[in-house]
Amino acid sequence: MSFIDIRQIGPMTTVQDLGRKGLQHAGVSGSGPMDAPSFRIANALVGNDPMCAGLEFAGVGGSFTVSRPVRFAVTGGDVDIRLDGIRAHPWESYDLLSGVTLTIGALRECVWGYLAISGGIDVAPVLGSRSTHLRSGLGGHHGRRLQAGDRLPIGDAVSSINLALGQPWRRSGRPIRVVCGPQDDYFAEDVRQTFLEMAFIVSPTRDRMAQVLDGPPIRAVGGHDIVSDGTCPGSIQVPSSNKLFVLMAERQTAGGYPKIATVASVDLPRLAQVATGRTVRFARISQWQAEELLIAERQALRSVLANLVAKPASNDRPGEISQ
Amino acid sequence: MVKMFPRIHACGDSALSVELCDTIDEAVSERVIALAQNLADAPVNGVEELVPTYRSLMVFYDPETVRGHSLAMTLRLRLDALVVGANHVRRFHVPVVYGGTMGMDLQELADMKDLTVSQLIELHSSAEYRVFMIGFAPGFAYLGGLPEILHTPRLATPRQRIEASAIGIGGKQASINSVPGPSGWRFLGRTPLRLFDPARAEPFLLKAGDRVTFRPVSEDEAETLDRAIAAGRMTGEAVPQ
Repeated sequence: MSFIDIRQIGPMTTVQDLGRKGLQHAGVSGSGPMDAPSFRIANALVGNDPMCAGLEFAGVGGSFTVSRPVRFAVTGGDVDIRLDGIRAHPWESYDLLSGVTLTIGALRECVWGYLAISGGIDVAPVLGSRSTHLRSGLGGHHGRRLQAGDRLPIGDAVSSINLALGQPWRRSGRPIRVVCGPQDDYFAEDVRQTFLEMAFIVSPTRDRMAQVLDGPPIRAVGGHDIVSDGTCPGSIQVPSSNKLFVLMAERQTAGGYPKIATVASVDLPRLAQVATGRTVRFARISQWQAEELLIAERQALRSVLANLVAKPASNDRPGEISQ
Repeated sequence: MVKMFPRIHACGDSALSVELCDTIDEAVSERVIALAQNLADAPVNGVEELVPTYRSLMVFYDPETVRGHSLAMTLRLRLDALVVGANHVRRFHVPVVYGGTMGMDLQELADMKDLTVSQLIELHSSAEYRVFMIGFAPGFAYLGGLPEILHTPRLATPRQRIEASAIGIGGKQASINSVPGPSGWRFLGRTPLRLFDPARAEPFLLKAGDRVTFRPVSEDEAETLDRAIAAGRMTGEAVPQ
């Protein structure tokens, strides 16, 4: 069996795949990557099946070695990557030979990064997925964050070439679009206007479960306690602290706070990637528009994945490795 | 605020909430479960997951296959024609060792209610509970039917770690912890049963609509059950109808 060894690691790195499906009725959160398109691109760049598991890191990566040659790719945002000190680039794949140390530094102007390894991280699936769910200690590597000294199995890789993006993967810089409801009627009209007009600051209170936004108080005239009902990714809960809690990949499946709006699926990874201390604004769209945007984005992502290009065998870009 | 039910709300672009009521009501819960069963028996193209809660059904869908507005119309038609039949009810006896390290609030709760510990145990174990929903954590069961005298507010400061299988009370609800974690509920004891075991063929013991009664057992009997469960010889105490 082949392994990836964790030499150093940032404080928040977990094994993730596309998450758990079909068990929300049993209280099992989907989990999965915070920025699924970036994760999918990383897998495709190393020739992996979309269902393969990779590593998700917050802020800073770590250093890694492997016991057999693999391909790897780092996505999510701009980041310093070194192979035994020689610079490599995100959003394209490289060979990582055994004995060479891959070092991934700090992400610039984003939060979540992805490391895909050809063959995928081959930990045992739990309830149909290799994704780590930290809160319940399920899946991934013993249900927890990775630590220096951890050794993870990697699966058999199909033979592939090193790839890069043939067309850019872009995200809009527009406000975070939301569909109002399901409990927007708990909030007075002027408070709903405040929600849509004012800026909110991404607070340091953020994890894979929820992201807290500071800003003007959002008070519910209908009260901040409801009989618990279902949540979905992007639900914006408003507890009595009046702060906004946006539920993310590792959210609980039900909750007892009113939800003023739901972030459109296309903009949820973008919200996840907003650096702490930055501001966000919301813009209201209809359910129909949010569906249209999601369908269009899926098509755009399929196009990016279908149009990856082979990297030249000899790499003459300055600062890049050639093997 | 006068509300008309049912209401179908958009929850973003991939989910609808079919809301039948905004309070806790057994008949409503039966209807939520019946709608979920109806959609499971005769699936609607594009519907991916159904999450029954106390008073609403969350319907997750793929907008590339079915659009929310059209799905909402289908769901209204299903609701209008819905027959809540006499479903087969699963009943479970849950053995409980009252007190001990996992029943740290038993004495205090009895004192608060001006009851003896044995009166409190008698009250807790004589009621029949209904599983209103599974949620919050894997396999966590929200149980309705707690005798009113035992209704107790949650702790102001939650405890950092309560073990799986702890038997608790929170507000008007009873619970059986399914995974370890922080909790502001009050705890009376523990059960050898495991509500959630990812290694088991059926990882989740309970589902919405099930009935539960608690059966007091001695520490000795609990240890026998612990061993049987650890050896995989039993998963629950279902009572056949």
